[in-house]
Formats: sequence, structure tokens, C-alpha cells
Amino acid sequence: MDSELSDDPVALKILIAGGFGVGKTTLVGSISEIKPLRTEEVLSDIGIGVDDLDGVEKKTTTTVAMDFGRITIREGLVVYLFGTPGQERFWFMWDELSHGALGAVVIADTRRLTDCFPSVDYFEQRGTPFVVAVNCFDGASRHSVEDVRIALDLDDDVPVLLCDVRRRASAKEVMVSLVEHSLRTLTAAG
Amino acid sequence: MTMWMDDEAGPLVRPYALTRGRTRSASGETLDLIAMVSAVGDPPGGLGPEQLAILRAARSPISVADVAVELDLPVGVVRVLLSDLHDHGLISVTAPNAAGPRPSERLLKEVINGLRAL
Repeated sequence: MDSELSDDPVALKILIAGGFGVGKTTLVGSISEIKPLRTEEVLSDIGIGVDDLDGVEKKTTTTVAMDFGRITIREGLVVYLFGTPGQERFWFMWDELSHGALGAVVIADTRRLTDCFPSVDYFEQRGTPFVVAVNCFDGASRHSVEDVRIALDLDDDVPVLLCDVRRRASAKEVMVSLVEHSLRTLTAAG
Repeated sequence: MTMWMDDEAGPLVRPYALTRGRTRSASGETLDLIAMVSAVGDPPGGLGPEQLAILRAARSPISVADVAVELDLPVGVVRVLLSDLHDHGLISVTAPNAAGPRPSERLLKEVINGLRAL
């Protein structure tokens, strides 16, 4: 695409999804060049609820936080990371977030694998390329990648990898795996 | 720009006061979070401090999400303010897919190499 050779800055979007408290914010923080910012989206007609572990019952403002991170590849080429709100009633926001996204990382916790089913379903239905990153929490029993693939009923071409979202090297590996997968999907589509 | 008493009280000026209560722009357009905005020309008089801060932040192209971060304002508020500025011809907006519907193979390879080099 010739226009990409010009000076026009190119911005790409990667989504970080998964259940409540699974490590989305931590993953963004491990790899983003800026502190993981929680960009609040204030909603006009939605009741309480933020994707947060404490204070939920006290919260009366109508806000939902989105994790936001940035990786500058070079001047004029930037990857933006957006953590999707964990609760299902904020899914209307997902449609906008996933529009034009390069792909998504679905973080899974094997202790409560069902939490990531909705994310997997969502990206499968939208045809958004995604990888499943199994976050190996301390003390969590390790399942094989193959077990997770079977449990989530994933297509053979969907990468599944074990990771520790707190570690930058691990977070990097997850991102590389996703972009490689997006590239394969793009090439296969012609 | 947004004065806070403390976290409990929240901002002194409620975010949507800046948009005079609007959650959508007059034109109804919703700017993509990664659309790039740039200031165009010199700002006229009569703009509010938030609008001026946006134009300062957008002297070189900046994404809508980054503007929200710079101004420490909710994305919804920033979108309305940006749409106002756009309606008045004070910023230009480049949609994220202006370079084509999908990123090219070359670009993705560059991203992969860039990520590996981090």
C-alpha cells in the first residue's frame, strides 16, 4: 500500500480481553511504554459497575474504565493496546473497540477457564484474529496447551501459549505471536 | 486543567459540564480511538482552555486516545470536544484505515520485528 510509505502516521489497535481480574491491566503494563492508563469512558445511561476488584458496591458513578497502552515501533508506526471491559453488559463498547483491530489477546486463567468463553466466542464470530494466552498464576496448576485448546474448542490455527503477564519478555512473546497470527490470517485471505 | 479536591469528591468541574451535557457531537460522528487528529491553522479567540489544550496537543498528529490521556479527560468528553473542533475546521481527522482496509504484509513484518527488538 503506497500510502503507508508516506509520512502519514499509522496506528494499529490490539485488544486485550479475558475475564474479570485475569491480568489484562498487568499485561498492558508489562509491555506499554506508558503507565497502564485507565481511560475512563463516562456513560450517560448505564448504571454502576467498573471492572475492579474492590469498591464495586460503593461505586455510584456511571463510569467504565478501559486499560490503554502504547508501543511505538518507530516514528509514525504505533501499536495501541486496549483492555476490553470485563463485564458483559459493556459489550456494546467491544464492537467499537474491535472495529479495525489487528487482533486480540484472550487471557485465560485455567482455574476459571469458562471466564474467557465469551471473549473467544466474540472474536470467533467477528472473525478477529486472536491468540489465547494462558496466564500461569503462582500456584495455579499448569495445564498443557493442548488441554486448553480442547477445553476451549479452538480451531487448530489459533495459537495457544503459556505466559506470565507480569514479565515483559513473556508479554512480548504473546504480542509477537498475535501479530504473526494476524499476518498468517491476512496472507491466507489473500 | 481539571481541578480535583480529592478522589472522593471527584473533579470540581464534572467532565460533561465541559461539553454542556452533550455525550454526542452535533454531527453525530464518533471518532475512532486511534483516529489521528492534527490542529489546522491558528486557533481563533473565544476557545475554552480544554479546546486550546487539545489544539496544543495536536500540533503534530496525535491519536484520539492519546489526547484523552494528555488532557486527563474521559474519552467520551474528548470525542465531543474534538468533533466540535472538527466541525469548525480547526482540526483534521485521519481515519485509522485511511492507508487501506487492512495493514500490509510489509507493515506487519515491521511490527513483529519492532516488538522482538523491544
